[in-house]
Amino acid sequence: MNSLAMFLLPSRTLTHLSPADIVILLLYFAIVIFIGFYVKDSANTSEEFFLAGREMTAWIAGLSFVSANLGSLELMGWAGAAYQYGILATHWYWIGAIPAMLFLGIVMMPFYYISKTHSVPGYLQLRFGEGARAVSAVSFGFMTVLMSGVNMYAMALVMKVVLGWDINFSIWIGAFTVGLYVMLGGLRSAIINEVLQFILIWAGAALIPIVGLIEAGGWNNLKQQVAHNAGSSDYTHLWSTLGSFQGNPMGVHWTGIVFGLGFVISFGYWTTDFLVVQRVLSANNLRAARLAPIIGAAFKMAVPLIVIVPGLLAIAVLRNPDGSLMHLVPESAVAATGQHSFNEVLPLMLVRYCGPGLLGLGITALVAGFMSGMAGNVSAFSTVWTYDIYGAFIRKTATDKHYVFMGRISTVVGMLASVATAYLVMNAASIMDYVQALFSFFIAPLFGTVILGMLWKRATNAGGFWGLLTGTVASIGMWAWVHQDASALRYIALSPDAKPMAENLYRALWSWLVCVLVTVSVSFITKPKTDEQLAGLVYGATVLPIEAEMPIWHKPMFWAVVVATVFFILNLIFW
Amino acid sequence: MKEPIEHLHSQVTSSTVAAPDKKGRMRLSIWFFVGILCLIYGLILTPIGIYQLSHPPNIVLPNLHITLWWGLLMTAFGAFYTIRFRPGMA
Repeated sequence: MNSLAMFLLPSRTLTHLSPADIVILLLYFAIVIFIGFYVKDSANTSEEFFLAGREMTAWIAGLSFVSANLGSLELMGWAGAAYQYGILATHWYWIGAIPAMLFLGIVMMPFYYISKTHSVPGYLQLRFGEGARAVSAVSFGFMTVLMSGVNMYAMALVMKVVLGWDINFSIWIGAFTVGLYVMLGGLRSAIINEVLQFILIWAGAALIPIVGLIEAGGWNNLKQQVAHNAGSSDYTHLWSTLGSFQGNPMGVHWTGIVFGLGFVISFGYWTTDFLVVQRVLSANNLRAARLAPIIGAAFKMAVPLIVIVPGLLAIAVLRNPDGSLMHLVPESAVAATGQHSFNEVLPLMLVRYCGPGLLGLGITALVAGFMSGMAGNVSAFSTVWTYDIYGAFIRKTATDKHYVFMGRISTVVGMLASVATAYLVMNAASIMDYVQALFSFFIAPLFGTVILGMLWKRATNAGGFWGLLTGTVASIGMWAWVHQDASALRYIALSPDAKPMAENLYRALWSWLVCVLVTVSVSFITKPKTDEQLAGLVYGATVLPIEAEMPIWHKPMFWAVVVATVFFILNLIFW
Repeated sequence: MKEPIEHLHSQVTSSTVAAPDKKGRMRLSIWFFVGILCLIYGLILTPIGIYQLSHPPNIVLPNLHITLWWGLLMTAFGAFYTIRFRPGMA
């Protein structure tokens, strides 16, 4: 959005908060800050500050695992994406998350846990040496600050559009609150708040699909209304329209969804992004660490109800004051047309169904979602900065107390950098596409490096470093190519009809392949490590602990199979 | 830098998260926080919902009285978690 236009636009405030709404919102801010002060005394060592003392149960780690991801990306962006692309946006929750989360719990978690790493860059240091750690840590630090800025901007935008609040006020209030409770309590404070925020998000947002489906007359009637208003029945099919690039609203082929999203982006994000992996590393034992992503997957499958369904409902039921069908537009067209943008779907639906009291709860849910996203990014940034950049390259020997102090300082600095990013994001064409581009820059190549490191003993230090570096550079290069020459889209996304989101999927796939090919090639011409050096880090060189005798329903594998079965059934139902 | 101490099987088996009890304070469960906030919200929403029975808000489907129903639901949910995980019970 053009930032200047945004400030100059006349206020399009949707509603105003009643005193009860304000009390609800203030209570939320009070309790999250209270939690920060309450756990401050239990965040005195690096183990406590950065890993929450490794005391979390599977349920808490699992809910936190999902909640840390439930920021602006989920709430604002995907509701808008559902309005633009229909139910296809659900792929980012199901095939784009569930298989990867189960894979993390069943296959990868033992290596993260047994290797005794404190972070994903830390694992790369153990497996591939300092070079791979440096590339990973720097790119991750950069990405988390940008992501936190995206969350901040989205929250400020909601407050401006819905309540008319000044965008600067919202950014600084959000930054101050999150910065304070993460600085005081570290990961423990972030996790407790994330669980609380997860519950609040559901309490505030679940009303929209429930009341919306009542208004639409049920799911079948909603599908008919969407088909009528959108002029196509493609908006309510998950797979049947993906046979060609032109046959669906997203301009994507099923190969992009399955291999680009379902394999590279999804596995990259959910298994190697330290933002989410950090939550699982805080589990109090290996079984809890394996169970946490599976619990998270079960809840993740339900999130489309509060994000995708409102987007579809908006196509069917949103009306202008004169009774005509409301058409939402891209952010770039808002200034010219004065219409509402795709990203305003959720606030529009909230105002439609929620009166005083419930409106405050809904706004609180949105704020909670944004704050959990910010807190997740900032706490992960603080850990990676302190352990993998400052402690590894700047000051290698210092007291534990000093590193905790550095963790608190870097939390504040990271938050200030996020504020700066929030102002930069105002110039991005679309929040969603911006975030997706970031994913494919860093996450896809990182997944190539980590998965080869965990499953292939022959991968060497040099292979890991050069694979990660060339994959990341290739991804940025492809993005810059299309940015400069739009006709390059036909080569990157295999079709000139591809939309930006489809382009991101294929760019991720190619950068992952570049990473894997370079890693394998360089590994074959460099000296391999011995099994002794790889113990605890690689499949085939690690003795995995045998699970104690326990009832089958206590085993992570049992619940992984249950979640996978539900996942397949849901895909068939909405085929 | 000092590496964090690793625990494959931590001694901590509590289902709750709380600050250490260095000053003799009660340890508060994370679920207690969830319960108390939901309970307070429910107690705010329920009377508003009752008021809206006679003064319906300017929204779609005001006849559903969702503020009242949601308030009662949150009160029940919050009360359960507050009592179940009250200080001293976790």
